[in-house]
Amino acid sequence: MEATEIAEKVSSGEVSARSVVEHHIETINKIESDVNAFNLVTAEQALIDADEIDSKIASGETLGPLAGVPISIKDNLCTRGVETTCSSKILEGWKPPYNATVIEKLKEAGAVVMGKTNLDEFAMGSSTENSAFGPTRNPHNLELVPGGSSGGSAAAVAAGFSPLALGSDTGGSIRQPAALCGVVGVKPTYGRVSRYGLVAFASSLDQVGPFANTVSDAALTLEVISGHDPRDSTSIPEKPLNISEVLNQGVDGMRIGVIEELSGKGLEGISPDVSSRVEEAIKVFSNAGAIVESASVPASIYGLSAYYVIAPAEASSNLARYDGIRFGPRTEAATTAETMTATRTKGFGDEVKRRIMLGTYALSAGYYDAYYGKSQRVRTLIMNDFAKAYEKFDILISPTAPTTAFPLGDKTADPMQMYLQDVCTIPSNLAGHPAMSVPFGFGEDGMPVGIQILAPAMAEREMFQAAKVLESESGKGIE
Amino acid sequence: MVQRISREEVAHVARLAQLALSEDELDAFTSQLAAVLDHAADLEALNVDDVEPSTHPFPLKNVLRGDEPGEGFEVEEVLEVAPKVEERQFRVPPILGES
Repeated sequence: MEATEIAEKVSSGEVSARSVVEHHIETINKIESDVNAFNLVTAEQALIDADEIDSKIASGETLGPLAGVPISIKDNLCTRGVETTCSSKILEGWKPPYNATVIEKLKEAGAVVMGKTNLDEFAMGSSTENSAFGPTRNPHNLELVPGGSSGGSAAAVAAGFSPLALGSDTGGSIRQPAALCGVVGVKPTYGRVSRYGLVAFASSLDQVGPFANTVSDAALTLEVISGHDPRDSTSIPEKPLNISEVLNQGVDGMRIGVIEELSGKGLEGISPDVSSRVEEAIKVFSNAGAIVESASVPASIYGLSAYYVIAPAEASSNLARYDGIRFGPRTEAATTAETMTATRTKGFGDEVKRRIMLGTYALSAGYYDAYYGKSQRVRTLIMNDFAKAYEKFDILISPTAPTTAFPLGDKTADPMQMYLQDVCTIPSNLAGHPAMSVPFGFGEDGMPVGIQILAPAMAEREMFQAAKVLESESGKGIE
Repeated sequence: MVQRISREEVAHVARLAQLALSEDELDAFTSQLAAVLDHAADLEALNVDDVEPSTHPFPLKNVLRGDEPGEGFEVEEVLEVAPKVEERQFRVPPILGES
């Protein structure tokens, strides 16, 4: 059942929140041991929360728009009293003393948290293989990765563990796993959703967003979690979004640009499975009345290089706090300095160490201008090129990822190959713009393909209108 | 071709980041970091001298809250998740190298 349908039926008393939650726990019990989407399933608490919702309904209370809807939470979002690990040994056993703002908002709306989902350690990766607690597998084919870093959340929705999930997206960590798992994934405009309680990776890029099976469920979830938060100084002082009122307005007359640098021949390593689906999406939009033309965002090809300087630089600073002194496990040594080094050496995995060192190097005297300074200027170039493209177009499209899901272990030995998974998604993070992945059929390999829809800052509504059109045609013409 | 980052530089950066690396790790990380920096080298050809750097996607400036006391965490709550505590304080090993 879709989230919107569950909320309606629970609110009207047609079904109980308990029966909805029980049904999802059953599904988890059946196949979670194969998928490994969760670091922690909070089934007991979920049933208590469901009963509370049911008793509120029995006493005539009006509930929020997500009444009784199960949701899975990426394990880098703080949940009060519930272990939050970022899939890292350095936070194993840590129970935050507070909830992230998005968790408070979800609870207020009546959603029921099912558990904490697996991720690449500290959200650094594109396959969910960099987890200290083992990889998550793609529910469509257990030999393949679910993408990452929010692979656990994407897999949880794809496997039917919950109709909704939250993830975080720093360079594509919501959109790429959504594409590989065949679900909808949204990265909102930077600042649209509060980052309070999201464990920081790269603060100028991180953004929380929803996963869902349908575009309207994703819209509803984003409406619930968006809005200004005084606890996040980068939060945009705007009211929560209203997407539902425009969701079915279609794309008639909409100007849609296909980013030539990120699709078709412009994109090195793009699989034929993916490019043929992009061609198909263009037809769908044209048939629906949109004006579809080729668009150029020339600097987008430098996004990957700039990102892999900027994100590690910010991470090296953000992750300095993990030293075993104030929270988290400690590896005790003779002195405090040695204790910090021992704790960090034992607690961080290889990919996290790589990025901390890369960032430390890029920020160090003598290299700062060449790497970090230059990358920040390239970031401006990308923003300028997007601005130029949006003079001609309302929204832009590209593939979400250059390939469909790949086998476990395929790219773990060569970090650069893994990083290339995010080539299409990174530019939106650097610009701070919203972008989403919509499942649009399957490749020859039988695995899902996602189309990315990009929009200017604050233009989530137009982005969702287009997503809805694509979704309505995604099942047609596919064997 | 000269590697973009030397083994010595990686060892130095690891020390700055308070990470201890084995000899094997040092070799592996050096070649992996060099590969990433090689990729970043495509930025070198770009002339961006006239472009302002962006630190952030939005021009929000000086975001201040009202100067009113709010609720914080209880000391006990914070110490509950600390690795070692003594007399309501974080307990740490010697800081000056003498035990």
